[in-house]
Amino acid sequence: MPKSTNAPSLGSGDLVHHDVLVIGGGNAALCAALSAREQGASVLMLESAPKVWRGGNSIHTRNLRSMHTAPTDVLTDAYLEEEFFEDVWRVTGGKTNEALARMVIRASETCTDWMKGYGVRFQPSLGGTLHLGRTNAFFLGGGKALVNTYYHAAERLGVKVIYEAEAQQLVFDGKRFDHALVSIGGETHQVSAKAVVVASGGFESNQAWLEEAWGPVSRNFLIRGTRFNQGKMLRSLLDNGAKSIGDPTQGHAVAIDARSPKYDGGIVTRVDCVSLGIVVNRDGERFYDEGEDFWPKRYAIWGRLIARQPDQIGYSITDAKAVGRFMPSVFPPEQADTLEELALKLDLPVASLLKTVDEFNAAVQPGHFDHSVLDDCRTRGITPEKTHWAQRLDEPPFFGYPLRTGITFTYLGAEVDEKARMYMASGELADNVFLAGEIMAGNILGQGYVAGFGMTIGTVFGRIAGTEAGHYAST
Amino acid sequence: MQATETATQRSAAPGQGQRIDALIDEARHNMTICNACRYCEGFCPVFPAMERRRAFSPEDLKYLANLCHNCSECFYACQYAPPHEFAVNVPQSLSKLRTESYRQYAWPGPLARLFDRNGLVTALALAFGVTLLLLIAIALNGGLAPLVSNQHGGDFYALIPHNVMVITFGSVALFVLLALGMGSANFWRESGEGARALGDGKSWRQALAETFALRHLHGHGKVGCTYPDGYHSHARRYFHHFTFYGFMLSFAATVTGTIYHYVFGWVAPYELTSLPKLFGTLGGIGLLIGPAGLLYLKLKRDENTGDGKQLGMDVAFIALLWLTGATGLALMLFRETSALGLLLVIHLGVVMSLFVTMPYGKFVHGLYRLAAVYRNALESRRQGH
Ligand SMILES: Cc1cc2nc3c(=O)[nH]c(=O)nc-3n(C[C@H](O)[C@H](O)[C@H](O)COP(=O)(O)OP(=O)(O)OC[C@H]3O[C@@H](n4cnc5c(N)ncnc54)[C@H](O)[C@@H]3O)c2cc1C
Ligand code: SF4
Ligand code: SF4
Repeated sequence: MPKSTNAPSLGSGDLVHHDVLVIGGGNAALCAALSAREQGASVLMLESAPKVWRGGNSIHTRNLRSMHTAPTDVLTDAYLEEEFFEDVWRVTGGKTNEALARMVIRASETCTDWMKGYGVRFQPSLGGTLHLGRTNAFFLGGGKALVNTYYHAAERLGVKVIYEAEAQQLVFDGKRFDHALVSIGGETHQVSAKAVVVASGGFESNQAWLEEAWGPVSRNFLIRGTRFNQGKMLRSLLDNGAKSIGDPTQGHAVAIDARSPKYDGGIVTRVDCVSLGIVVNRDGERFYDEGEDFWPKRYAIWGRLIARQPDQIGYSITDAKAVGRFMPSVFPPEQADTLEELALKLDLPVASLLKTVDEFNAAVQPGHFDHSVLDDCRTRGITPEKTHWAQRLDEPPFFGYPLRTGITFTYLGAEVDEKARMYMASGELADNVFLAGEIMAGNILGQGYVAGFGMTIGTVFGRIAGTEAGHYAST
Repeated sequence: MQATETATQRSAAPGQGQRIDALIDEARHNMTICNACRYCEGFCPVFPAMERRRAFSPEDLKYLANLCHNCSECFYACQYAPPHEFAVNVPQSLSKLRTESYRQYAWPGPLARLFDRNGLVTALALAFGVTLLLLIAIALNGGLAPLVSNQHGGDFYALIPHNVMVITFGSVALFVLLALGMGSANFWRESGEGARALGDGKSWRQALAETFALRHLHGHGKVGCTYPDGYHSHARRYFHHFTFYGFMLSFAATVTGTIYHYVFGWVAPYELTSLPKLFGTLGGIGLLIGPAGLLYLKLKRDENTGDGKQLGMDVAFIALLWLTGATGLALMLFRETSALGLLLVIHLGVVMSLFVTMPYGKFVHGLYRLAAVYRNALESRRQGH
């Protein structure tokens, strides 16, 4: 973890006498802090990251999914509750709390206006590639611009924010939150408040916890987002008897460039050419149908597939025909005029790769290549088949991208009701504990992922949690 | 693993000759990441222009550098800004490259070195200009005495005859126009476009509208740009408007004065309500407010987003503009007094040095930016968006 350079200095009273304590510093926490302020509550927000790294995974996002019954200034057409819910139902395979999911979907309709009220800007409708969408509203400048805007608003409205303040533990009195033990500048402080909103994200950056869930293979995972989501609050909630929801191995994992940084690689490390060629493992062998489905489903399955391969590594191999057909990624591919040479560059067994490609090429059937539909280009007679977009790999130069599992976020969380109140394992509601964002997203996304829904859940539940906590504190 | 080298590693390339290559590499590193990310594409034309390209030649990068208005939005919004190991800093890397491109386009080539020590060069030019005019005045009036008397009733030309002014300033102006024209031609040639591409009226209209309104400092949603820090503000755009339009009005004062003189035979001094007077007064006020404000913002700005090396050049230009306004106004206010002679000499000296340094200082940014904005308008029209 980067060394603290600007440990905050605290005045007396900085840590006490607040109505609402918000733990976390991403989208959900900010929405909660602002909403609690809307109720007139005094708010203290603790962000474990230093200011330069504030904002959690939310800084890497680019859009949020929003229901709308008619075109708006940032969304085209209409996207109604039923279709939205079907999308959620499909990806989660029914692992969702329907009441909560529908509540979030309906509430999403008011999100963009509320966001704009605090100064959040969206992409103009005449953009290039990321232009106006039907289902998702794109943040101008992405999630970091969004987070900055919220921080500026929070500052303006008098929310007290302390950076490099990691909550270590929550202390409960039965089902009531009493205080938090918070480490600030190397010292532990006791912080109490009338109500607490926990919005500290998932546990995906915690290597030990990942290993508990996935085993040693997780050492080869890369984390696409912040290094600060250590899951300490989730652990503490569960230790205090919160009712858990979700499976620790569930989460969002994609195939990203193996050369990406361990943390915070974000969006640019994605490799988008899997369906244009073949994917082999360390032994030079294919292991899954590269033509199974479109992005983003394809995108979301390859993370798990690679996690199951030896050494958790894969290689996407394409030839000249793929050039210019996919979004560029940040690292240049390895390139060679022959497959032998490419195999050497990628450290793959030459004979095995050549055999795999020969078999694949021989199995490719004639067809009409069309990357925009599930076309009729496929193989016959090999395992696994490639069911769409299969073209012979025979036109030099050849390209190779090394792939690893990139973890986006985890779904294990604690259960909540529609007022963001936390359930205890006993089935009762905690008195003054409210959850928002990734720490409770598992209530709605039991598995799978609908693009842009993470920010929707965080915004909707952040607003509810903040409002309810502010309300609770004033009664 | 090129892309993960840090900015410090890259800019460590030694030697002056390698500087431009290092800057090109740094800009390319940034654009490669931006092109894979594209989150900032709604901020300004740099990003859509970048997306139109697959690879980034040095010429492309210099064009993008001159298209950037250094508003800093994309720096504060960047998920890969330092301390991230990708160390993306678009405004800073484009700013450095832009400064370097000024040297490259300058004409005649050898004079490009004047960019290096812009503050010093400007000070010397200033001293030279004032001295020169002082000498002229003395020579024409037979000694220092007339300079400090108030016998001329506020008439400049009693001190330095109109013809002499026209000849000295006219010849300097011709050279400056030639140098600026050649510099702009170099810019255009390097962009790979021919002279014919300059004839697109619609693109000109768009480019001029964007330039004269400083559209790209509005910020999307008209909130202003993130300058001098991470908060939105209109300050920079307002001060720039004061500066630019102040300069244009001062220029208009001179032009109308010349027309009065030659076309109508109306000789100065003019009435307070005459055009030269009105333009001059308003322009002078603009030049007092604008450059002072820009300098203030510049000194306050987040050093992460600019090219530190450029500061001297900026300050020199700003100072000359301010002095032009200040001495011009002083001249107007005190022309009936014995200070006229000295004020006139100083004012003309300042204007003279502003002129001679124009092709080798910050002034050129206006021309290259306009050319880049035009080229952007042209490209996007060709693409149909
Ligand atoms: C690369 C990437 C791209 C994504 N793109 C999108 C997208 O386009 N649209 C979308 O909807 N979703 C996207 N997501 C998912 C999205 O990021 C999450 O759903 C969302 O950010 C969750 O918000 P949050 O506030 O719950 O958590 P986070 O934004 O992760 O915030 C958690 C915060 O809590 C802080 N924290 C953690 N522990 C503690 C502690 N003990 N004490 C104090 N503070 C603590 C962290 O520092 C952090 O600031 C993406 C995720 C990634 C990684
Ligand atoms: S400046 Fe940063 S956030 Fe913006 S497009 Fe470039 S890499 Fe992406
Ligand atoms: S600094 Fe402003 S003008 Fe320059 S590239 Fe970034 S957003 Fe565009």
